[in-house]
Amino acid sequence: MVELLEALARGLGRGSIYALLALGFVIIFKATRVVSFAQPAFMLAGTVMVTYFIGTLGFWGALVAATALTALLALGVERAAVRPMVGKPPFVVAIITLGVDVAVRVVVNGYIGNDVRPMHDPWGLKAFDIGGITVQQRHVVIFVTAAIIVAALFAFFRYSRMGLAMRAASYDQEAALAQGVSVGAVFAVSWAMAGGLAAVAGTFAAAGESVDHLMWLTALVALPVIILGGLDSLAGAVVGGLIVGIVFEVTALYQKDMPWLGGNVSVISPYVVMLLVLLVRPYGLFGTREVERV
Amino acid sequence: MSNLEVVYDDVALVLRGISLGVAPGQIVALLGANGAGKTTLLRAITGLLDVHDGEITKGAVALDGAVISGRSPAALVRLGIGQVMEGRRIFAELTVEENLRLGGHTNRRKISEGLARTFDLFPVLAQRRKGTAGYLSGGEQQMLAMGRALMSAPRYLLLDEPSLGLAPKLVEQIRDLIVRINESGTAVLLVEQNATMALSIASHGYVMETGKIVLDKPSAELLADEDIREFYLGSHTTSFREVKHYQRRKRWLS
Ligand SMILES: Nc1ncnc2c1ncn2[C@@H]1O[C@H](COP(=O)(O)OP(=O)(O)OP(=O)(O)O)[C@@H](O)[C@H]1O
Ligand SMILES: [Mg+2]
Repeated sequence: MVELLEALARGLGRGSIYALLALGFVIIFKATRVVSFAQPAFMLAGTVMVTYFIGTLGFWGALVAATALTALLALGVERAAVRPMVGKPPFVVAIITLGVDVAVRVVVNGYIGNDVRPMHDPWGLKAFDIGGITVQQRHVVIFVTAAIIVAALFAFFRYSRMGLAMRAASYDQEAALAQGVSVGAVFAVSWAMAGGLAAVAGTFAAAGESVDHLMWLTALVALPVIILGGLDSLAGAVVGGLIVGIVFEVTALYQKDMPWLGGNVSVISPYVVMLLVLLVRPYGLFGTREVERV
Repeated sequence: MSNLEVVYDDVALVLRGISLGVAPGQIVALLGANGAGKTTLLRAITGLLDVHDGEITKGAVALDGAVISGRSPAALVRLGIGQVMEGRRIFAELTVEENLRLGGHTNRRKISEGLARTFDLFPVLAQRRKGTAGYLSGGEQQMLAMGRALMSAPRYLLLDEPSLGLAPKLVEQIRDLIVRINESGTAVLLVEQNATMALSIASHGYVMETGKIVLDKPSAELLADEDIREFYLGSHTTSFREVKHYQRRKRWLS
């Protein structure tokens, strides 16, 4: 029981990271109807920036600076590489984002060097003891941080002028244009937000650990998450992220009792959950029917 | 607009030498069968041709003596051109109020003023303020689309077939609302298939046929014209199905 509760806590921490990553994908998808494969690169870039800034700015200062810079980077990439492709089939644009991903990662890898870059965050692997249950501090911090970010995002989309314009544009782009919404601004803001979210997610994924060339693979878990949550649903990204995080940790806990499954079932568990959900709900937990293009 | 030519997909010449004018404060009717090019003409004014891969290849649209063709849709809204698109195009998933706020996207300092004016003109929208727009009836949706367009306080309002799909009673109501909007100083370009309704309130009328203006007369004269009656009973709608099957490629940005 204690073990299960501890796994749940780890799952919420891990799931928060997936949720932030997935939100980035969903926000871009809602605005542009394209799944952006550049997210892993932004995640890596933001995280590596934090490892460079943390010495002088401290953890939170470094996180804010890296998030802002990654958002700017995403903004630049959108303007330079993606905007000119508007009107091309979504598949073509998706491939362009894949190219962007590779290009950005090649540059970032240069800053990682041959070694790993340690994170040196304030929490490391320190833990609280809550009534006999051990909960790692980093998991609590990421969960709380993610909750604040998610609340801020929802408030933004619900109450702000730009958030409303972004929602409208995702439903009917031409009608939004006719109201005077600048669709270019909608694209730009969504890419910047997604870049910033990836930076935060990556930083917390590396908290207590270090950054290496392969860290971007974490971002790929966002793909089963968004498909299971519904490509165009922010709530789906959050719920899907948490579900996948919890399933991952719980599977990891029990796989040792089922050696015949092999040692790495937890790694494929997100995809299994995705498949199971799709069997019951073809558009994901919260997705709308019409969405099927990539 | 003068001598306007519009081409879709680099090949299909849809407007051929259109000249048309709307004076401040006037109501002008634009009539024509399906596929005549009425909606295309409105897109040329509002900057939405781009979305449909269309392009002005000749001529220009001017406002207050300055050429405005080529401006972005947002810039045109700011210049005082509001529109109700064909099919209303309200945001069904959003609330009535959110729809209206979007109409005021370019006019953010005057949102509450605009809401008050809109609710005064369309009391039914005030009642349904927090309700989902998609659940409104057809007539209410048309009012919402008109109210949304008014939120930017336009000097010129372009309406694309506001009576489409509405019962005669509602058509009358919409007609009266158009008159009220016009009385408050907004000029109206009214695109209609319902010629009687449009001409009854317009001071001037144009009739389009396959991309050309074929008649350009005061409404009273058009109403009396036998040709008009024949035109609307005639067989000019043959290619309607084809018309609606063009491919909508998306290109939104300039
Ligand atoms: N996006 C497009 N691409 C190619 N051709 C188009 C496009 N939009 C309209 N057309 C063509 O332009 C012509 C005029 O269409 P338009 O929609 O302007 O007519 P309309 O007078 O508004 O008709 P309706 O009464 O049916 O609304 C039609 O022949 C149509 O096939
Ligand atoms: Mg039309």
